[in-house]
Amino acid sequence: MSLGPHADFIIAAYAVTIFIVVALVSWVVLDYSAQRRILDDLEERGITRRSQREG
Amino acid sequence: MPIVDLANPTRFLNIVNRILPWLITATLLLFVIGLYRVVNAPDDYQQGATVKIMFLHVPAAWLGMFGWGLMSVAALGTLVWRHPLADVAGKAAAPIGAAFTLICLITGSLWGRPTWGTYWVWDARLTSMLVLLLLYLGVLALYWTAEEPSRGARAAAVLSLVGAINLPIIKFSVDWWNTLHQPASVFRMGRSTIDPALLIPLLIVALAFTLLFLTLHLAIMRNELLRRRVRSMRLLQAQRLAEARA
Repeated sequence: MSLGPHADFIIAAYAVTIFIVVALVSWVVLDYSAQRRILDDLEERGITRRSQREG
Repeated sequence: MPIVDLANPTRFLNIVNRILPWLITATLLLFVIGLYRVVNAPDDYQQGATVKIMFLHVPAAWLGMFGWGLMSVAALGTLVWRHPLADVAGKAAAPIGAAFTLICLITGSLWGRPTWGTYWVWDARLTSMLVLLLLYLGVLALYWTAEEPSRGARAAAVLSLVGAINLPIIKFSVDWWNTLHQPASVFRMGRSTIDPALLIPLLIVALAFTLLFLTLHLAIMRNELLRRRVRSMRLLQAQRLAEARA
């Protein structure tokens, strides 16, 4: 596959898109594990939500 | 299952946990098929290989606008129906919509230089898209700086509804004003002006990006619900400490 005389622009466009998507996905994954860790820590210390106590 | 069950955050989280693996698989599969078709798509007779930027730029533009549309519907849910998940849905759509709008602007600029001879012009389509990015940043600032989540959600919902005025401006800017940006070529009266050899890969990649949007949206909604759970548990912990000291 030849990208012609403007290959730099095409490669830059794909690189930027991949970078932004990977950054977004990484933020979502890291945020999920952080929230889960804090929740597990709170539950270990005996802090439970009202709905959990009633259940 | 009745739709009203989705109003219960715990049930919603259970549904999301079940759906997400399937959505991730479908998204990856569609990206593999889409990228295969993109690599094998022919060059444009005028633009040559730079047409490959279209496969990123066009879906990003659609999803940047779709994100704001989603936030506007969620805003109605927050302000009118007071649905418990509406502001979570609105807040979750904002960073994804902002990311796609940013991709649209950058890839458009990189596509503009070899085809138009310039990275940027202040024409109606480009400017209204930049305004959309600024609106996204405003909404994100409202969500992320509000100390009380519900207060931030109401302000963001109002801005979402006001900002929705920009969506028809973006869509019809190329018809209403004389712009350097080309007029609509996929969704227009009559048939698309794009050859099927380029249109089919474009639609597959657009569907893949749409599934990515939905996957990320559900994942961010799940994170937000967990964050609110953490907040309420910390408040409970603080309340217990205060009671113990009294």
